[in-house]
Parts: sequence; structure tokens; C-alpha cells
Amino acid sequence: MTLNRRTFLGAAAAAASLSAPMVRAMGKPRVVVVGGGAGGATAARYIAKDSKGAIDVTLIEPTRKYYTCFFSNLYLGGFKNIEDIGHTYGGLAAGGVNVVHDWAVGVDRDAKTVSLAGGATLPYDKLILSPGIDFVEGAVEGWDLSAQNAMPHAYKAGSQSELLKAQLMAMPEGGVFAMVAPPNPFRCPPGPYERVSMVAHFLKQNNPTAKIIVADPKPKFSKMALFQEGWANHYEGMVDWIGDDFGGGNVSVDPNAMTVTIDGEETKVDVCNVIPAMKAGRIAELAGVTDGNWAPVNAADMSTKADGDVYVLGDASAQGDMPKSGFSANSQAKVCANAVRGALTGSKVFPAKFSNTCWSLIAPDDGVKVGATYEATADKIAKVDGFISQTGETADVRKTTYMESEGWYSGITADMLG
Amino acid sequence: MVRVTQILGAALVAGLATLGGAAFAQGGNVDAGAKVFKKCKGCHQVGKGAEHRIGPHLNGLFGRKAATYEEFNYSKGFQRIGGGGLVWHAESLDAFLENPRAMVSRTRMSFPGLKKAEDRANLIAYLRQFSDNPADIPEADPTAQGVDHDLDPAILALKGDPEYGQYLSGECTTCHQSAGGDDGIPSIVLWPEEDFVLAMHAYKSKHRIHPVMQMIAGRLGDEEIAALAAYFATLEE
Ligand SMILES: Cc1cc2nc3c(=O)[nH]c(=O)nc-3n(C[C@H](O)[C@H](O)[C@H](O)COP(=O)(O)OP(=O)(O)OC[C@H]3O[C@@H](n4cnc5c(N)ncnc54)[C@H](O)[C@@H]3O)c2cc1C
Repeated sequence: MTLNRRTFLGAAAAAASLSAPMVRAMGKPRVVVVGGGAGGATAARYIAKDSKGAIDVTLIEPTRKYYTCFFSNLYLGGFKNIEDIGHTYGGLAAGGVNVVHDWAVGVDRDAKTVSLAGGATLPYDKLILSPGIDFVEGAVEGWDLSAQNAMPHAYKAGSQSELLKAQLMAMPEGGVFAMVAPPNPFRCPPGPYERVSMVAHFLKQNNPTAKIIVADPKPKFSKMALFQEGWANHYEGMVDWIGDDFGGGNVSVDPNAMTVTIDGEETKVDVCNVIPAMKAGRIAELAGVTDGNWAPVNAADMSTKADGDVYVLGDASAQGDMPKSGFSANSQAKVCANAVRGALTGSKVFPAKFSNTCWSLIAPDDGVKVGATYEATADKIAKVDGFISQTGETADVRKTTYMESEGWYSGITADMLG
Repeated sequence: MVRVTQILGAALVAGLATLGGAAFAQGGNVDAGAKVFKKCKGCHQVGKGAEHRIGPHLNGLFGRKAATYEEFNYSKGFQRIGGGGLVWHAESLDAFLENPRAMVSRTRMSFPGLKKAEDRANLIAYLRQFSDNPADIPEADPTAQGVDHDLDPAILALKGDPEYGQYLSGECTTCHQSAGGDDGIPSIVLWPEEDFVLAMHAYKSKHRIHPVMQMIAGRLGDEEIAALAAYFATLEE
């Protein structure tokens, strides 16, 4: 009886593979996802969920708990605890994803295998990389990864966020908090400025004579009018933003002396948050799918220009108009999941549709947002339509916007991790 | 005496320019409006000494933001729409009265709406008397528009493809939890399909206020909205 049933299933699988040429003879098609963040977790979850067991999905992620960068600024400001932004992978495992806690250290695109730090080699039919970002070496003079304890980036959440918070809390009365902001493109365009707002909020409560200096290599930034209005309203005189026009891009740091030199002028600081220039997470480069700092992808399905069986999602991809955000990575992951499933099982593939909204908190109950919709064109993901919060909005509107961001956080974490 | 408020010449043109719709204005008849108001009386009071009952009192309605009486226990839907910036004017009242559910999902106002533009115009003219400057009628707040906010029955009759809806729902579930959570962002699972379709089309036509939803709905076609409604209506919690 059992034998008959097996034989029957085998025949069915062989028949199915006629319409799905990617399927390896008899075996289930295999998808390996590298990186369990906003892009990777969502892709793994959706492929497993929607293929109902027809595809083998393995997720490679070194950390056992994913701390979201989103809302990590609210943690700095005292609106969240660190545990509020940490999430385990139990939900994904329960949803049928094979979660492997290890690092991917190499990709052999000819053999179609991924090698792990622990020694294993995993074969794939489709490989999805969503490794987030790494920092460009030598981007900020005087800083490298060995200095990240003295001058944290806190641009990958978790221990770095906790470190920055501890340093913020230990600042002497009337001390100086410096930030070196990154050049474009970088993850979360409003992120550094939401952070300035949250640090200012914390200082206003606990250390009101302290100052914040921002050295920025850009002449302008995301939601600039909204942030500057908010800083003037809530934190008057506390924030000194030095843009490129005033030498903000000409910066070096000395992590031993705790000094920052902006356009030739050296300042002794108490905390220095260095957010260097970014590039795709290193595994994308090791896989040979990057061109310069990022991995160019096809807008219709997020497959790389270099290899149709390798996909790159989220921050690591060069896709066109979408900002590097958790929302974008999640949106791209669903388009990719649909396409990968279609390619492997012959399920229906619907046209790509993308969207993004980024909320930022400026002060208690003072939330703002910016968002847009996007479509796939032949050469990129192109913006269709967008909106942004307005300066001078009423307190009610701002509060509703903040409440919405709380709802969004619950929504996206559930959508990623089950 | 029958008082007929008539919208005239220049005021009409100036007023309509700010409404954004090609509304056709007619006068509203206050006395006829008083008769229409009988349908509302079970829950709402208006005029001297009016108090909150099942619904809030309706004095000073024009120019007031929705859901602003702190002492009144509004539904979540109403609180959100007030926070989103809905202000009561003839135009918004007209849209709301035609189909309350289209504008405010899950309102506790269990009233199917006034399908006849004339009834709405009359009711609005009647209510306008109890706002601060009734003498301004019609200049301050055009009292009546014959705008059609109701959906084409053919759109409501569309049968959505749930499989397509499932794919499209990915755009919703980044914010709206598929398990139905409701904190800051409303739950959209297990809604009657018609409510879903009405709400989405009201965003598309910008009668419902919310920049994200207007943007998302704005590029969804009739079939796509039907597909989403079909999918979410049957989603298991
Ligand atoms: C301060 C801050 C605030 C932000 N706020 C918002 C916000 O409000 N809204 C928003 O939408 N976005 C926000 N973002 C941006 C958002 O966090 C990122 O855009 C998003 O996380 C990108 O998703 P991803 O999948 O590309 O990368 P990530 O989410 O970073 O995931 C990458 C994962 O890959 C793993 N990984 C890396 N290399 C390997 C390897 N070799 N092998 C195995 N695993 C690997 C990492 O451990 C990590 O878990 C914010 C970012 C910051 C820094």
C-alpha cells in the first residue's frame, strides 16, 4: 500500500516537472534564502506558505534573534525596550521553513551550491540573497570596524543599539553627541534624522544642556523640512546640522582621542555615532552578482542581472527608485516569492507591484510619513505616485500618524516572521 | 414659510473650485430637510438644548472635525477618520450621508444612507441652520451638491478572483495584519465584500481621507479591488 502510494506520488511529481523545467528529477525544488531580515524572512515565509510544501525552503541566518533596525531609534529615545524590537525565528520554522543558524560564506553559481561557515554545502535551484548592508572601508577617515565600540554605528540593530544607548545615558551634563551621517545611497534615508530627533528627546528629558552636532556629506536629506520644523519646535537650539555646503562632508574622527574634525575644525565629543557609507552585504559580492557597491536586479522579479537563478532583495539590491527600507524589502520579497514559485512549480505569476511607506517619530506623538507606489519597467523599479506629511499639520494628525506606525510595526513583523 | 437656499453665481464657482469634483449644485429646502431629519432623530439631537444620545448631537457640525467630542464614545473607525483630518462640510456630509459605510467603515451608525440627492441636500440645508453662521448660507459652505458617491452596481457585482487577491494582499499585509490585529491600523480581514469594495472605491475617489490608502487604492483597478475583497472576506483568522 505504502509503496503504491509512493510510486503514485513519484509519477505525479514527474508529470508536474514537465510544466516546470527547473525542477530536478524527482526531488522537490530547493530554494535557499540567505539573510533572515526584512527581505529574506518575508521571501522564505511566503514561498513556504504559498507553495504548501511543494518547495523546500532553507533560510540561512547567523543570529537567533533578529533585532529590527526599524524602531531601534525609538529604543534610543526611550519609547521601546530592546526586547520589543527582538524577534525569534520560531514562527518561520513552524511555517515550514528550514531555519539554519549559520553564515553563508560562499556561492558556487556553476554547481548551484551555497557553502556555510559550519562546513555544510547546500544545493539550490533558486538562491535568494537578502544580506542587508556592510560598510565601505575607509569611508570615514580615522574609523574602521575595530573602532565600532568607541564610536558605534548602530546601523545594524542589537548590541550596537544597546551600546549607543548606554553611551548616550552616560553623557556628562552639557556634553556633545556627534553624528557622522552617510552619503547616498544608504539604508533608511530618514533614519539618521529620526535618530537625531530621538537622541534630542532623550537629552531634553535627561540632559537638557547637551548638544548634538551632525556632520553630513549631503546638502539635503529625506523629510528635511519636517525634521527641521520638528527640531525647532521641540528641541530649539540643541541640534546643529552641518550640511555639505558648510563642510559637513569633510570629516575625520579619532576614536582614541574622541574628537571629530569637521572642515578643519576639531571638536572634543562625548559620544560619536559614525554611520559610514554602505554597500551590499558581503555575500552578494562573494556570489559575484554585484556591480560596484550593489547588486543590479531585474525589476520584474528581483533576479540579478548577472544570474537568473540568483535573486537579491532589499538594501543589497540596486533596483531603481525605491528607498532602502524594511517596507521596500518586504514588498520586493513578495514579488520575488511569487516569481520564484511560478518558475519552480508553474503557479500563476502576477505582475510586479511595489510600495513603501516610512514613518518617523520626531517627538512624543509627533509622527510623520513619506511613501510611494512603484512598478516594474524594463530597466528599473520606477516610482508611480507618492505623498509626504506636510509641515504645520495639527497635533491630531501627527498623533494618528504615530499610532499608525505602531500598527505598521506589528503588521510587518508578523508578515515577515509569521 | 418655505425657505429655499439657493447657491448663486460667483460664490458657486469659487466654492466648487476648492471641492475638486464636478459637483452639480442645487438648493436645499430647510423644511423638507426637517422632515428628512425624522429618520435621524432616533439617535441624534439638534437645536437648542441638544445632547449626545446614541449618536452625538449635531449642533455646530459645519467646519468641525469628525469625532471631536471627548465625552462621546466614538467607534474606532470614526476616531481614525477624525484623526485623519475629515472635516464636516456640505461635500463631506453629502458623501457620508449617501453611504455611511463607504466613508467610515464599521461606524456604529446603522443607517443605510440617503440614496436621493435631493433628500441629502435638504437635510444638509436643515442641519446647516444649527451651525455657527447659518446666515452665511450659501456662501460659507455650499449647502448642497448633487454628487454621485454611490458605486456603479456593475462594480459591486464583480466577482473577484481570490487567488489574484491573495497575491495582491501582499501589498496590504505589510501594515494590516493577516491575523486581524488592530492597533493603530485597522483590521481588514473577514469584512463583507461589499464593505471592502465600497471603502476602497471611496479612497480611490478621494472621498475617504488617508494619503497612504488613497495612493494604494488609486492604482487598483475594479477587478483588483474585487479580488482583494474576495480574498480578505474568506481569510481564516
Ligand atoms: C536606524 C534605522 C531605522 C530604520 N527605520 C526603518 C523604518 O522605520 N521603516 C523601514 O521600512 N525601514 C527602516 N530601516 C531600514 C531597514 O532596517 C532595512 O532597510 C531593512 O532591514 C532591509 O532589509 P534586508 O533584508 O535588506 O536586510 P536586513 O533586514 O538587515 O537583513 C539582513 C540579514 O542578513 C543576515 N546576513 C548577512 N550576511 C549574511 C550571510 N553571509 N549569511 C547569512 N546571513 C547573513 C544578517 O544577519 C541580517 O539578519 C531602518 C534602518 C535603520 C538602520
